[in-house]
Amino acid sequence: MCIGQVYAFSVFNIPLSKLVGIKEPVPGDWALTEIVWIFNIAIIFLGLSAALFGKWVERNGPRKTMLVSALCFCSGFAVSALGINQHSLWLLYLGYGVLGGIGLGLGYISPVSTLLKWFPDRPGMATGMAIMGFGGGAMIGSPLAVGLMKHYQSATSLGIGETFLAMGAIYFVIMLFGVLTARVPAPDWKPAGWIPTAAGANKMIATANVDTDTAIKTPQFWLLWVILCVNVSAGIGILSQASPMIQEIFSDVRLGVGRGITPEVAAGFVGLLSLFNLLGRFFWSSLSDRTGRKPIFMIYLGLGAVLYLLIPTAGHLATTTLFVLLFCLILSMYGAGFATIPAYLRDMFGTLQVGAIHGRLLTAWSTAAILGPSIVTYVREYRIKTDVAAGIAENVAKANAYNTTMYVMAGLLLVGFVCNLLVKPVAAKYQVKETARPVAA
Amino acid sequence: MANQSKTSPLQVALAWIFVLIPLLWGVSQTFIKALALFK
Repeated sequence: MCIGQVYAFSVFNIPLSKLVGIKEPVPGDWALTEIVWIFNIAIIFLGLSAALFGKWVERNGPRKTMLVSALCFCSGFAVSALGINQHSLWLLYLGYGVLGGIGLGLGYISPVSTLLKWFPDRPGMATGMAIMGFGGGAMIGSPLAVGLMKHYQSATSLGIGETFLAMGAIYFVIMLFGVLTARVPAPDWKPAGWIPTAAGANKMIATANVDTDTAIKTPQFWLLWVILCVNVSAGIGILSQASPMIQEIFSDVRLGVGRGITPEVAAGFVGLLSLFNLLGRFFWSSLSDRTGRKPIFMIYLGLGAVLYLLIPTAGHLATTTLFVLLFCLILSMYGAGFATIPAYLRDMFGTLQVGAIHGRLLTAWSTAAILGPSIVTYVREYRIKTDVAAGIAENVAKANAYNTTMYVMAGLLLVGFVCNLLVKPVAAKYQVKETARPVAA
Repeated sequence: MANQSKTSPLQVALAWIFVLIPLLWGVSQTFIKALALFK
């Protein structure tokens, strides 16, 4: 939940853009296009560190990993505070982006593999719970950051540096609690009364393990990589545009003066999406223990594509409630993709090195973090330009541009749907012969 | 080696409280702000 604060980093964007001017941006202040790279770098380093250090995590266990994660994530805040003090954007890229991003990657994968070992009977619920915490971080991080900035602001400062230091200290104390309480079960541990599925009873659940270096040579790994990448690209592309999108589709110009969505109401919409992103992680992933991982991904990707196609209709009918409900459902399945994929990996490759394999798969997230927003921005700008050139009013063109974006997102999910259809059990030649090694607590 | 001792119910309850209090505060804040969407 602490490292999930990254989802709320956008609350700093506007204040960071007027560090010098205080009331409004002035020459010498950083541009928003430069500031958004702090978040982008953090997500890129999340994926890279998870991929590079996954095997180290498996060797050293969750406690050491969580401690390193806490040190990196929280010192990232401290270096960023120094960056504010020195007015150096590069220090923010290095602090929150690189150091914080490494903390994110290590902190993200360590509870996943640990909980998978504690809940061999319900892996979907276990990973759902671990990744739900990350999804919920923004709901705490956002009001906490806003409250701290308000507390520390003065006539000459917006209080961002002090807020970074305070948040780094608060999160460090809370993460240390996690470090001290995390434990892995004994290698032969299993829940009371649980009898493991007999070998071969469910072909989609492996009874032997595959190691990390071999896993990435299997087609299953790359099919799951594409599935995660397209699911995240679609969701992150929409999340990055959620606030302006609802304001432009339900504007005063279209609905009448005073009836449009204001920026404050749009902020409530974004918050609601975060909540469903969180709830979906637990609900859908737990459900996957009953349905199986492949069928549940059919729902995420197939139903998700249909819902994206329905969005333009909801916008055309000017039905805010339907529009919001559709998006909440879509975002619940976006979060569910994150939460269910480690259980899918466990089904394919066993639990031996699932944390490290999950780490390698998270490079799909780094890719999607660039791909998703880029596709949305490019499609939107292209459509507005062609519509305006065809004589359509700019406000109508802006609303229409989102329709095209929805069709592109639906197309992305259909690519994932086909990849999921192609997922088959891993061939026996890839499986390791050795028994599971104990992991350090 | 993994520690095989049992966690006390008090520790489990404290851990849940530690997670649920900030989470419920965040959820309530989100709902309050989202209500404006349906007015």
